[in-house]
Amino acid sequence: MIVTQFLVIAAALFSLGVYGLLVRRNAVMVLLAVELMLNAVNINLIAFEAVIRSSQAVGQVFSIFVITVAAAEVGIGLAIILMIFRNRQSANVDDFNLMKF
Amino acid sequence: MTFQSWISEPVNWVYLAIGGAVLVSGFRVVTTQNVVRAALYLVATLGGTAGLFLMLSAEFVAWTLVLVYIGAVIVLFLFGTMITRAPMVRDTGLDNPKARPMAAVLSLILFVVLSYTMLTAFGSTEIAQVGEGTDTRILGEALLGRFVLPFEIVGFILLAALVGGITIARRDLTPLEEEERGSV
Repeated sequence: MIVTQFLVIAAALFSLGVYGLLVRRNAVMVLLAVELMLNAVNINLIAFEAVIRSSQAVGQVFSIFVITVAAAEVGIGLAIILMIFRNRQSANVDDFNLMKF
Repeated sequence: MTFQSWISEPVNWVYLAIGGAVLVSGFRVVTTQNVVRAALYLVATLGGTAGLFLMLSAEFVAWTLVLVYIGAVIVLFLFGTMITRAPMVRDTGLDNPKARPMAAVLSLILFVVLSYTMLTAFGSTEIAQVGEGTDTRILGEALLGRFVLPFEIVGFILLAALVGGITIARRDLTPLEEEERGSV
């Protein structure tokens, strides 16, 4: 098992996340794409940790932090989408032009 | 390292199976035209990722991923799709067709650049101790020792996000409703 195979799969997941972020119109789907990207970062952290094997498992600790922040991000993001949906009756990111000229 | 010697290791067959499942379901997350299916494909992607974590001897993180993501975040997403009244059937308005070619080219370039960098930087660096788990005690001691301050800050962020989420999503009472509440 070489480390690059895991890094390449993480890169692929990250690129898929970028694609979804750019293409999707529904705000909930955009959040799903962001989750894919965060997940790719976690794979990278764990793969590097498996190579260097630090004494305090630093890579795994960091990925736990990433998971926690991602959970907080989803909670806040969905609350904001919910609020915009109430005001505009739409979850389409093209309609969110409140702060645009 | 040649492909022959790489494929002769049985652990790499497991990798190919899990990795293929992760990539296919990840691709379906961003291409499917059905909101609920996208969320369920994300479950498959995250489950596969947990499998990869198990291969990389990170058991605790793998099960954290299963608990936090598959257990909680996906439920939140399904709630989100239901509350925003996204159609549960095929919906062709989910994508912006005009953005598709540009996004595909961009993400392809990103993938090529990233994997080229990874390949040149790490080449065939071996993962030495395959299948040796990480003692959860080490993680716990790191979290409550060297990383205790970030750990507490992350806990605070989670609390703030929780309170903020409730505050943002709460429906404010109209003056009439407030009056009714007050009189009771």
